[in-house]
Amino acid sequence: MDIPYTVQPRPDTGLYNAKVGIWLFLASEVMLFGALFSTYILLRVGAPEGLWPHGWLNVPIGTCNTVVLITSSITTVMAWASLKMNQFGRFKFFHACTILLALTFVGIKSYEYRDKFMHYEISLADGRIADGHMIKNELKFADSKWTGHALIKGHFVEDRKELYDLKAAKSHPHEEIPIEGAQIKKLDNYGPWHNTYTAIYFTLTGLHALHVIGGALVIGFLWGPGSKMWKTDPERFTNRIEISGLFWHFVDLVWIFLFPVLYLL
Amino acid sequence: MQASAHAIPHPGVHEAHHEDLGFWRQYVFSTDHKIIGIQYGVTALFFLFFGFCLMLMMRWQIAHPGQAVPLVGPLLASIFGDDAAKGAVSPNLYNSFGAMHGTIMVFMAIVPLAFAAFGNFVVPLQIGAPDMAFPRVNMASYQAYVIGGLIMFVSFFIPGGAAQAGWTSYSPLATSIPGEGQTFWLVGMVCLITSSLLGAVNFIATIIQLRAPGMTWMRLPFFCWAQFVTAFLLLLAFPPLEAAGIMQLMDKVAHTSFFLPTGLAVGGALANVSGGGSPLLWQHLFWFLGHPEVYVLILPAMGIVGEVIANNTRKPLWGYKSLVYAALTIGFLSFIVWAHHMYLTGMGTRVATFFQTTTMIISIPSVIILTCMFLSLWGASIRFNTPMLFVMAFLPMFGIGGLTGLPLGFNYSDLHLHDTYYVIAHFHYIVAPGTIFALFAGIYYWFPKMTGRMMSEFWGRVHFWGSFIFMNLIFQPMFAQGMAGMLRRMADGGANYSQAKTQGMIGGLSDKIMGLHTYILWAAVGLALSQIPFIINLFASIKHGKKVTSDNPWQATTLEWQTPTPPPHGNFDKAPEVHRGPYEYSVPGHSSDFTPQNEPDPVQVPTPVK
Repeated sequence: MDIPYTVQPRPDTGLYNAKVGIWLFLASEVMLFGALFSTYILLRVGAPEGLWPHGWLNVPIGTCNTVVLITSSITTVMAWASLKMNQFGRFKFFHACTILLALTFVGIKSYEYRDKFMHYEISLADGRIADGHMIKNELKFADSKWTGHALIKGHFVEDRKELYDLKAAKSHPHEEIPIEGAQIKKLDNYGPWHNTYTAIYFTLTGLHALHVIGGALVIGFLWGPGSKMWKTDPERFTNRIEISGLFWHFVDLVWIFLFPVLYLL
Repeated sequence: MQASAHAIPHPGVHEAHHEDLGFWRQYVFSTDHKIIGIQYGVTALFFLFFGFCLMLMMRWQIAHPGQAVPLVGPLLASIFGDDAAKGAVSPNLYNSFGAMHGTIMVFMAIVPLAFAAFGNFVVPLQIGAPDMAFPRVNMASYQAYVIGGLIMFVSFFIPGGAAQAGWTSYSPLATSIPGEGQTFWLVGMVCLITSSLLGAVNFIATIIQLRAPGMTWMRLPFFCWAQFVTAFLLLLAFPPLEAAGIMQLMDKVAHTSFFLPTGLAVGGALANVSGGGSPLLWQHLFWFLGHPEVYVLILPAMGIVGEVIANNTRKPLWGYKSLVYAALTIGFLSFIVWAHHMYLTGMGTRVATFFQTTTMIISIPSVIILTCMFLSLWGASIRFNTPMLFVMAFLPMFGIGGLTGLPLGFNYSDLHLHDTYYVIAHFHYIVAPGTIFALFAGIYYWFPKMTGRMMSEFWGRVHFWGSFIFMNLIFQPMFAQGMAGMLRRMADGGANYSQAKTQGMIGGLSDKIMGLHTYILWAAVGLALSQIPFIINLFASIKHGKKVTSDNPWQATTLEWQTPTPPPHGNFDKAPEVHRGPYEYSVPGHSSDFTPQNEPDPVQVPTPVK
């Protein structure tokens, strides 16, 4: 006996096996991201007054990435539709676009990450805070003391809260500021450890990026070596494209929630 | 195809479906659900044994704090060095053993055995399917489980030892303990969760899609229903813990502060963290899995109990539909009771009231299930074989476990009992003489189908009576200890709070209560000895057990018994067709006292076979 309904739908459920499987898997994914979104809400509600960041992320870049992902969803549907219409060449073209768009997304995302890792908040001995992007870093940390010097491009603030609402803040002139190691009380870049906002930002977008990469690998396989199945078992191959497409749409959908939550609110 | 008509062996069946795969692909990287089920079973039994050994050493330490463990003391000293100086279990090592005992038993022994092993072997057979819906996903699921298990196992031997923060791994304690034990625990958990998720997807898809023609939902054996609900619990409850695990891993590795509050002090100094996190959040996410997990532990066991009872009472299960709806209700409600583990966290009385209410409501379907099982015995002429003995013990033992849970579900009484030995006794009554007894019943019951041989009835009885007596001797005294106020998780078993050490103070633990530790220790040793006949019986019967004379030695109605023994790759000689409900025993006017599900109605003229 062979396993039934691997390609043809079962009459009473109207679904083939893999489609049931992927929907169940996506249900568990909803719970996974749901827990992280709940965490976001709880941390944000629990943050002290004025200490939840606003406007830390670059909205135009985020919008651009949103457009990139939505476009990739469209090309995914087109790729599947092409197979349904028996146009293998068009399928190849559209899914090549999907993969390129996925890579573009990851590229833009890594640029954003790099920006955060180069962004420093430096508490100085005189009580001021220097905040800006590191240009030259020759600082050394030994015996719980900083030595050496660095050059950042940014500005000074008196109160930490000024750094938290960048939406409302007046535009500070950014200039090159030399920093002496001996002045530094605390130095911290905007990595996940910076505060709970960066923590949830990096965790959510990092997990999402892993999904993008995973999806791109699967689609890449089906586009490349996996597409041989088109010749032997076209129906099954079309199903595979549909299944991987469903996953891709889910990844896209997660971003549709991530973008407003992290960038706009 | 009637089972009784089949005599083994079945020449010709193997050639049809079996190409020679070689040892590795047939037994190690197998995609056959039966082999994977057995792989799961053997691995899980190993972990069950290992977790039990950890417990034995802990019981020794509790009864005789600071004294060298007999027999294995030198071994402990050579492996753990200072943590087991002179062969005694140090508090650090005790904490490791405690945390890993819980983790191993829940995530690496009971769930894989109850859900993955029995589910894999039995469910496709019972629904009349040739295999699981996704055989390769099934293999990946087992491999993820093994990798997770190895990571957990290896963590004992790294510097600093295994995780020490309990199986619940509460933050900030979990991330504050030095050493990488917790990191290993978290990575191991991510693997185990991945394994469970893959398994859950596979089970649900299999039950929805691969039911044989005629196998309608209300003809599904109760065991399949139980596994179906269990799979949904795993599918939807595990991901939040995975998310929580990722966040705790970030706290530990990337120094974020998801669960670390502002002003956290560790070892008297302010911790170097940004703060702003919420320790309560971890508990919510953990118990959001943790409570459905309780039903993941018990539902497959109830499924086994249902099968064994129907088979050995030779009667239909009483209230089959009520059982199914009760299981579904449990599945739904188990998602909204989690915070009854958190009454003492200060989350607020209104929240506590809500969860207290839902907790009381969820006891109703549990009682329905137990009542149906009891009523099924009424008026039956019961066959007392080993599986049935274990099941008969399951019923009252699970009853004790369930009823003692009520005082913990009530906010008021929980304030006194929380975190005491009463809690330990309560949930062990559910899981040890409850679930594990049902699992033993399942092993004795399905062993003939797996191997074609019976396990020894005599040694089965020795195993049963020993386990039954010693289980009760171990856990019954803990109720008394807990009500006297003895807290769990203390490496000295509460010696520092005993009257002997706190003279003149009110509320110290009396000598009687402290003395129970010794009884429990020897009962645990007795329980260990009672497992020897089982282990020998299990392995010896594979080669030397009595051969079964038919494919259906228990004369059962469900489809797994209507296959050749052991079932070949692809399971059925001919695609089965289902004509009736799962438990048509003793149907009046029928020649035999059981009517297999795939037997056509006599009024219909069957199409000629061959």
